[in-house]
Amino acid sequence: MLLRHTNTEIKPRKALTVNPAKTCQPIGAMYAALGIHNCLPHSHGSQGCCAYHRSTLTRHFREPVMAATSSFTEGSSVFGGQANLIQAIDNIFTTYAPDIIAVHTTCLSETIGDDVNQIANKAKKDGKIPKGKHVIHASTPSYVGSHVTGFSNMTKAMVTYFSECTGKPNGKFNIIPGFVEPSDMSEIKRMVKAMGIKPILFPDTSNVLNGPQTGRYKMFPQGGITEAELVSTGDSEGTIALGPLASADAARALDTKWRVPCQVQDLPIGLSATDRFIDALRIVAGVSVPDEITRERGQLLDVITDMHQYFYHKKVALAGDPDHLIPLVEFLVSIDMLPVHIVTGTPGKAFEKRIKELTDHLPCPVNVKVGGDMFLLHQWIKNDPVDLLIANTYGKYMARDDDIPFARFGFPILDRVGHSYFPTVGYMGGIRILEKILDVMMDRMDRDAPEESFELVM
Amino acid sequence: MSTAIKEIKKTRPVKPLDPEKIKQELLAKYPPKVARKRSKQILVNKKDEDGKIPSIGANVRTVPGIITQRGCSYAGCKGVILGPTRDIVNITHGPIGCGFYSWLTRRNQTRPASDQDDNFMTYCFSTDMQDEDIVFGGEKKLKSAIQEAYDAFKPKAISIFSTCPVGLIGDDVHAVAREMKEKLGINIFGFSCEGYRGVSQSAGHHIANNGIFTHVVGKDDTIKDADYKINLLGEYNIGGDGFEIDRILDACGISVVSTFSGNSTYDQFANSHTADLNTVMCHRSINYVADMMELKYGIPWIKINFIGAKSTAKSLRKIAAYFDEPALIKKVEMVIEREMPEVEAVSEDVKKRCEGKVAMLFVGGSRAHHYQELFREIGMKTVSAGYEFAHRDDYEGRAVIPDIKIDADSRNIEELDIEKDPEKYRPRKTPEEMASLANKGVPFKKYDGMMPEMAEGSLIIDDVSQYETELLLKIYKPDIYCAGIKEKYAIQKSGIPMKQLHSYDSGGPYAGFKGAINFYKEIDRMVNSNVWRFLEAPWQSHPELSAKYVWE
Ligand code: SF4
Ligand code: SF4
Repeated sequence: MLLRHTNTEIKPRKALTVNPAKTCQPIGAMYAALGIHNCLPHSHGSQGCCAYHRSTLTRHFREPVMAATSSFTEGSSVFGGQANLIQAIDNIFTTYAPDIIAVHTTCLSETIGDDVNQIANKAKKDGKIPKGKHVIHASTPSYVGSHVTGFSNMTKAMVTYFSECTGKPNGKFNIIPGFVEPSDMSEIKRMVKAMGIKPILFPDTSNVLNGPQTGRYKMFPQGGITEAELVSTGDSEGTIALGPLASADAARALDTKWRVPCQVQDLPIGLSATDRFIDALRIVAGVSVPDEITRERGQLLDVITDMHQYFYHKKVALAGDPDHLIPLVEFLVSIDMLPVHIVTGTPGKAFEKRIKELTDHLPCPVNVKVGGDMFLLHQWIKNDPVDLLIANTYGKYMARDDDIPFARFGFPILDRVGHSYFPTVGYMGGIRILEKILDVMMDRMDRDAPEESFELVM
Repeated sequence: MSTAIKEIKKTRPVKPLDPEKIKQELLAKYPPKVARKRSKQILVNKKDEDGKIPSIGANVRTVPGIITQRGCSYAGCKGVILGPTRDIVNITHGPIGCGFYSWLTRRNQTRPASDQDDNFMTYCFSTDMQDEDIVFGGEKKLKSAIQEAYDAFKPKAISIFSTCPVGLIGDDVHAVAREMKEKLGINIFGFSCEGYRGVSQSAGHHIANNGIFTHVVGKDDTIKDADYKINLLGEYNIGGDGFEIDRILDACGISVVSTFSGNSTYDQFANSHTADLNTVMCHRSINYVADMMELKYGIPWIKINFIGAKSTAKSLRKIAAYFDEPALIKKVEMVIEREMPEVEAVSEDVKKRCEGKVAMLFVGGSRAHHYQELFREIGMKTVSAGYEFAHRDDYEGRAVIPDIKIDADSRNIEELDIEKDPEKYRPRKTPEEMASLANKGVPFKKYDGMMPEMAEGSLIIDDVSQYETELLLKIYKPDIYCAGIKEKYAIQKSGIPMKQLHSYDSGGPYAGFKGAINFYKEIDRMVNSNVWRFLEAPWQSHPELSAKYVWE
């Protein structure tokens, strides 16, 4: 048993987190910044944080993840990191020549109270920021929120630093995709374009973190939202923010700054959430939904009808981020599965309420916890076993110990590929989710079936 | 052949490169101050008339913004040294990230004796500090966390790791540890391994080892009834390296009292002072523990290396020579004789496809040296190498230790004042025996470092940057590059295979005899992979349509 110390006796814990279901702000900020074209993320703090964030993103995407660090020493943590940051800015522009440096803070620089804005201004005055180049920044203390908060803060910084309003509408819609895979970002763009709508999608990590092997490495790949597009977000018709925790702040900032109206939607995961997304697009843009999209919806519905017997009343345990879990739980409920144990490490009161609303009519008790951890989830599972576990890679230990079919979903996924190429958003993404769920559950049926009832046709 | 492949793979310079010029090229783009600093850390391996190697800048601060491979002191302390110990509950005191990222990501394998034995390695424990803990202090939360960990898991020991903000807000983790130790009656100790201490992971290794030495070593005096008792220091059982080493030592009849710290337990550390010889694998991360054990308990130490079949054989012979008993010497020779034929068969075969190919290694504090041996065994040469966090002695040999300047960053890593233990000090050999063994070639406390073993004219680079890496690939066009996860994909996207020598890309073991075989085969697979032939699509290598296609 790999998690041999996890028992069924649940004691309340106030101080100790065991096997977290979240991580820290800067990694989200770094991920968001990688979705800007020609931008180098920079971690203002000790170099360990940056090494950890780069390593984890690299393991998840299996792609180069470049970012610099201020490499604080004991001295900088006493006197502040101004000298380190100015030197870093100079070195980065001289050596790596990005157009933008996106600075995020760490626990250390936040605790010290470094004012990154003021430091960047000083760097500018000192002539360390070449003409036409930019240093933007987001404050990302990890003792607040989670990786999702960091993503949100950096996305908001893109608005604060770049968006302008010329008064001449650009005829486009801003789409903020949330903390999702590069594959999901391209799929969202595809759907929006299929509706005849021109999107400015930001951040956009497609073609950055799922780039091709060409034999020629480019530190700044083709993808990413361009500075010009970010500038133009103030001229857009409106903004649709997907995932309230990751995207709403940036959308509201655009509304406050330039009166660009916004709508905050759930991530389009599963049938109903995608329905709402498409319908919202249709209404705000005044377009009609093309047959292509309606057909995809029908295809998803078809898979659900065809395979319903395998979903019906199967119990599911989930760990992940609120923005993902809410539409995912809604999806599972809509196909008659029973999501019974749900944890997220990311704080935010709305989560428990939404989950309770989605599950209150289920014929069984449902455990949900915000600020929970995977240790608690595992204890719940031991008390009330499930037919399926959906979590990031760390779920594999529970899955092995308790022999639970396991579908990997969320961040990070360190032991499988596919997530950065095949989306789980939209109707087609819904089919992929079902395929993953069915694969693991039906493999298990095949494994456990007595010989006489081992089915060829299922 | 397609142009990209030609460009990338086949244009390895025919004329020997001038390493001094390459050095200048590496420095050319940097701002002057940075160039000056880096110039001390980049040097051409060349002996002067007196046969002396040049001295390198190492263990110095990384230039901010340069994109380094390095991590932090916490990573070195919690991740590297204590990470592989299975039965201590390791609580990270800090916000959630540091603990999360060091959760199971180092591939340290562990093998508890039974299903009942403690194994917490699959768990991550954190105080997940919040805003209010930063403002009002986190000691209360830490105490409660220790209590909760004790209540839920009843471990034999708990340790606490401080992350950056903890030092800054002044939480006294050591006082908390003492208080809770008293209260709970189990061993509890803390580490001040905040990420800003020192200049790399290396500081964290030191802090961790000092802590284990102070709080655990020497607590259990039971002398194991076994022959030839040694400790294996600086072996972390990545990918099962330690298991292979144990297999070989066991076959030789050599008994391992404790390993620091692959596949280790608290009890092994507590008992480690009863061994009769310390063998040091990774000099960087642990040589000071060997020194301290010698001073305090009288255990002599030698440097060994189980990476490479020949080095493995050599290391076994060194251990046998120390114990100086014909039975052991004979057994060791038997084992070597038994293991080598298979190793040689594979290396001969692999050599046919790898001979003359070129490797570069930029990793760790000993691996960039040790792994050159394995490449040599299949006829590959290392043209450039360097460490991520080693010190001058790991490059130039221990003879330089007295000359190493102590700077502000090293000064804040505690050096323990060690004295002979009045009760437990027990010289393993008489001074005469030691002298005679040394005369016979047992190399006590000796390590010559990486540079003397490398070819003249090779380029040595300490704390290599991403920028330098990219230039090196363009200039040398190596057949394989070895580093860590952060470097991996930029290198592979340049069309050059990249082998991770921290995590082994989920492979291994690479230590010992079986490990050598694994490594030869792995390198053969990588440098001769088909994939590099497909970098260009047909329409990219022949873009022009010369004439209209004629259907048949
Ligand atoms: S906060 Fe400090 S201790 Fe934690 S990862 Fe960063 S540098 Fe290391
Ligand atoms: S929790 Fe804070 S200190 Fe730790 S890795 Fe994240 S930013 Fe760095």
